[in-house]
Amino acid sequence: MSIEAKEEFRPKIVAFCCNWCSYAGADLAGSSRLGYPADVKIIRVPCSCRVNPMFILRAFEKGADGVIMCGCHPGDCHYSTGNYYARRRMTLLFSMLDYIGVENGRTRVEWVSAAEGVKFSTTMNEFVEKIRSLGKNVRLEDLRCRK
Amino acid sequence: MQEVINRAKELLADGTVARVLGWKAGDLPYNPEPAYFESVESLEDFVYNGFCGANLSKYMIEASKLEGKTMVCLKPCDTYSFNQLIKEHRVDRDKAYIVGVGCKGKLDIEKIRKQGVKGIESIKGAEITDEADNLTIQTLYGEKTCSYADAMLERCHVCKGKEHKIYDEIIGESKDTKDADRFTEVARIEAMSPEEKFAFFQKELSKCIRCNACRNVCPACSCRKCVFDSNKFDSAQKANVDSFEEKMFHIIRAFHVAGRCTDCGECSRVCPQGIPLHLFNRKFIKDINEFYGDFQAGEDTEARGPLTDFTFDDVEPGIVGERG
Repeated sequence: MSIEAKEEFRPKIVAFCCNWCSYAGADLAGSSRLGYPADVKIIRVPCSCRVNPMFILRAFEKGADGVIMCGCHPGDCHYSTGNYYARRRMTLLFSMLDYIGVENGRTRVEWVSAAEGVKFSTTMNEFVEKIRSLGKNVRLEDLRCRK
Repeated sequence: MQEVINRAKELLADGTVARVLGWKAGDLPYNPEPAYFESVESLEDFVYNGFCGANLSKYMIEASKLEGKTMVCLKPCDTYSFNQLIKEHRVDRDKAYIVGVGCKGKLDIEKIRKQGVKGIESIKGAEITDEADNLTIQTLYGEKTCSYADAMLERCHVCKGKEHKIYDEIIGESKDTKDADRFTEVARIEAMSPEEKFAFFQKELSKCIRCNACRNVCPACSCRKCVFDSNKFDSAQKANVDSFEEKMFHIIRAFHVAGRCTDCGECSRVCPQGIPLHLFNRKFIKDINEFYGDFQAGEDTEARGPLTDFTFDDVEPGIVGERG
């Protein structure tokens, strides 16, 4: 029992990154040797607009402690307008999660361009710290999915 | 009611419409059900009273595929749903002959039961033409009375107005029964702490039996293929009331109709477990109104929905945290 208590909490974080900006931003962070925690698992999506609210809920259900979505800056979308729609969707979804009593720091949207390796790295470090302070996600987890 | 029947008979007889979509009496005095009438004789079973809460707009999706016109009876609030369905190209306006029926608020049998009325045999005062402010209920244990307003559905207390938004003709008078603000309850929940909110929704949603009635009745939920019908969907079974699955189902159900929900309140009316499902839809409506300007789905057949539109200076999702 005492062994469990000593184990450090390692959050599981899912980051949805758009192929054109944020994923390239992550790449730049890597090639510039900027660190970000290994707890962040990146999922590449064609556009931030591809992120369905269900993706985010499902990530939580399967045991993620935090979900962050990164896309091109508004106005810079590769498909012209995708991230504007994503912005509205995510605003409503996050507001709903807040409404049912989920700590609202668990979800975040950040616009990261392909040139912003530093921003990617600092954002991820910040987000991981935030989730560490919030602790394990128990409210959205499906117990049957626990490994 | 007789006026509607007479008009329906005329329209059927002169061949303007091939069928009539209305309500027929159920097995109890308070559960009329939606029905098609294809002949003048069958219209003897037609009823329209205070318990005809069902929104017939959704039935027009199937009726639009049938040969000939359908006469459909729509209450003022149902016409919003019909408009929304036209906008989404789900119903054919030319296949519908819309009779706007009068409405003075619809009744909720559960609210009558909650007042301790049991063994109901018959109910007087629920007819649309009745002027009385009270219902007279004949029960096994004698006669009881109950105020009409106290027995109304929650949605009728926040009535959207007595005007039909789309119709070919109107039969009967309507009444605006609004006496409350529809966002009061939502605002009350928003003011709670995260723990209280979570406990509140846990308590409400753990009652869910995943019967899908809320989805099936919803005029906005009209996809031919639904994500919830996939057996690969994580919450396809009802297994663990403590888990996230009910919340996931209800968030996604409400999200899929966000910006298109006319707040007709059918989801809450049909829920066999009495879950206040409209609280989810209204939260989205409230947010949309606050963030993107007032919007009423179904007000017309042209305007773009808030989730299929954007402006360059929309609020950032981070506002949710900043609002506190």
